[in-house]
Amino acid sequence: MAIKRRAGTVLALSLTTALLVAGCGGGGESEAPPADELFKNPVTLTWWHNASQDGPGKTYWEKVAKDFNALHPTVTINVEGIETNQLQRTRLPAALLSSDPPDIFQSWGGGELREQVEADYLKDITEQVKDEVANIGSAAEIWQANGKQYGLPYRMGIEGIWYNKDMFQRAGIAAPPTTFEELNDAVTKLKAINVIPIAVGAGDKWPAAHWWYNFALRACSVDTLKKASTDLSFDDQCFVKAGQDLKAFIDTKPFQNNFIATPGQNDPTSANGLLANGKAAMELMGDWNKGTLDTVAADKEALNKFIGWFPVPAISGSPGDPKAALGGGDGFACAKNAPAECVEFLKYIVSPEVQKGYAETGTGLPVTKGAEAGVADPALKSILEATSGATYVQLWLDTAFGSTVGNAMNDAIVAIFAGNGTPEQVVEAMKAAARK
Amino acid sequence: MTSTNPTLDLAGGATAPPAGRRPARRSPHRAAETRRKWYEIIGLTTPAVIVYVMFVLVPMGFAFYYSLFRWRGVGPPTDFVGFDNYVLAFQDPIFLDALRNNAIIVFGSLLIQGPVALGVALLLNRKFRGRTLFRLLAFVPYVLAEVTVGIMWKLLLSDAGTFNAFLEALGLGGLVQAWLADLDIVIWTLLFILTWKYVGFAIILLLAGLSNVPQELNEAAAIDGASWWQTQRHITLPLLGPTIRIWMFLSMIGSLQVFDIIWVTSVPAVRSLGASATMATYMVDNGFFARLWGYGNAVAVILFVISFVAALLFQRFLLRRDIQGAVTGRAK
Repeated sequence: MAIKRRAGTVLALSLTTALLVAGCGGGGESEAPPADELFKNPVTLTWWHNASQDGPGKTYWEKVAKDFNALHPTVTINVEGIETNQLQRTRLPAALLSSDPPDIFQSWGGGELREQVEADYLKDITEQVKDEVANIGSAAEIWQANGKQYGLPYRMGIEGIWYNKDMFQRAGIAAPPTTFEELNDAVTKLKAINVIPIAVGAGDKWPAAHWWYNFALRACSVDTLKKASTDLSFDDQCFVKAGQDLKAFIDTKPFQNNFIATPGQNDPTSANGLLANGKAAMELMGDWNKGTLDTVAADKEALNKFIGWFPVPAISGSPGDPKAALGGGDGFACAKNAPAECVEFLKYIVSPEVQKGYAETGTGLPVTKGAEAGVADPALKSILEATSGATYVQLWLDTAFGSTVGNAMNDAIVAIFAGNGTPEQVVEAMKAAARK
Repeated sequence: MTSTNPTLDLAGGATAPPAGRRPARRSPHRAAETRRKWYEIIGLTTPAVIVYVMFVLVPMGFAFYYSLFRWRGVGPPTDFVGFDNYVLAFQDPIFLDALRNNAIIVFGSLLIQGPVALGVALLLNRKFRGRTLFRLLAFVPYVLAEVTVGIMWKLLLSDAGTFNAFLEALGLGGLVQAWLADLDIVIWTLLFILTWKYVGFAIILLLAGLSNVPQELNEAAAIDGASWWQTQRHITLPLLGPTIRIWMFLSMIGSLQVFDIIWVTSVPAVRSLGASATMATYMVDNGFFARLWGYGNAVAVILFVISFVAALLFQRFLLRRDIQGAVTGRAK
């Protein structure tokens, strides 16, 4: 009852305000103000990011806000760190709907950004950030819709396999696998020395779903994936093939027992904890994983010695580009009616100096050229190299397809993991969700 | 209250001045009093009514309105689909699983908690050393916050948790289970946790009911040579009827809407496979996580209608007698 009432209240308030907005909306197109107008009048920017836990990420964003205020005394920034799920599922949608959004906020790009643009929530910043986009490169495309720029990333990296170098040595694995045959071989060797070959946090769904994404990346051509993201059409057989490959892989039993109950990260019993504490040899995860491994490791020094990273192996004979990678990032966007200073702050966040400082926190990889020097961790360095060497970076499929299709897809993939789903059902679920 | 009670007025009248003056003075006096009573009623209830309308009735109306749209919570709802969302819900096997789980929890709670609570309450109603302590212990789980209980049991019942270790230590390693992840047993594990949590509430209610059973009846039975069991069977239980039925009512409504403990204890994957979903968790998973706001509202309305109908039926057939009996019986 409590939940129902609360949701109802949010909805009621949201609608009331949404109607009001609909009534008095229809303001002019966004355009860059003359440069001499900027920083003249005092403004306050509200900033919502997702570094809610005390740590280097949160501290750094506070410093960034303070530094910007020192540069431009007319701008005061109210910073609020909100837990990701809460921010993305409830706070931000409700705030946007009630036309009282923060000026600058966390944005994931892809399907969600497209929906927000269609609802006219976001500021078109194409003209103001041309230089920044050029410097960031292809990663900035994720924050585009209809050829216009609506946000900028501050973190971007590709996914790969984090592994325990000591265990690989003990198991007699000479080099990190580059094909799935070699990966299967490594799994067998790791079983022989009695460790969990691969940890997966299927309890949280998405860490399991990412295995399917990678099989899809190998089975589908880049064109098919791009078309799927924009049209939400999943007729190509390669999406079924991804499920078949996944099923075959699960059948080799590479994962820990009872993976359906294992959480993904932030907890010593999670898949993350298994790798960090020397119980499992591998885990498929993004570039942010170094930070989360650090928080769950009982012995950080040992972790830093044994941890390594390699890209997801290729599948021989598949149509997908073996040099393509799955990845994603975090970015910020400005609300439609935010003051022009918001865009200036956005540009400041992605400036090489601020990005270098961000890289030094070790919580993720920077996106701006000239910030690479901030990356010190060897594992993160190898991701940075692989990211720049990737021929194509596909955004996480659940983000690219939007929450509705993403959620249905992840649920159906987890059913395969649980042993009661089929490759065909994944595609059917995605098609059904696209119609909802 | 006392001044408007005619019985007390008459009793007061006996000591009042000459009877002849009373009718003349009483009429305007009573009219003023009635007026004041209405001012009081309006003045005191208006804020509550406003809050109730704003935060219960209006959101409920909006929930129904939104449930008629295909709406993802971005921009105002425009895509009117009528009752499609309701049809979709009843076509989704996971929602049907959630309905089944709710039914298991409703009947499981009634059938397990009822007898257990009755037995414990009857035992605790006897006089023995440490009775207060036992009563307190029985009630402790109910006082704990839902989330605390959820996290506690999640830790106890995890793979490498205390409970499985305990089984191993007893030499019962064969019974070790993935209590919260095995798709076939998770709902029974949850039913156990809910029973542990809420049985204390039933016990306290029944103990309160027991304290209303007149001692004289028990004494009379004892004089007639009735055994302890006969006394309970023929005197205590019938007199506990109203309490038991009220508890059944509360338990049923709570079980239909159960959310917190399930949300905290079961992992998202197990929930989305239907094994541990309830209507309320299904609503949040679809409304917020899949961003199907219109659909989530439809599920909320279904949950409301089911609870409402269940409550009405229960009141109509089981509670009405009790309410009448209580009101007329006590006033006399």
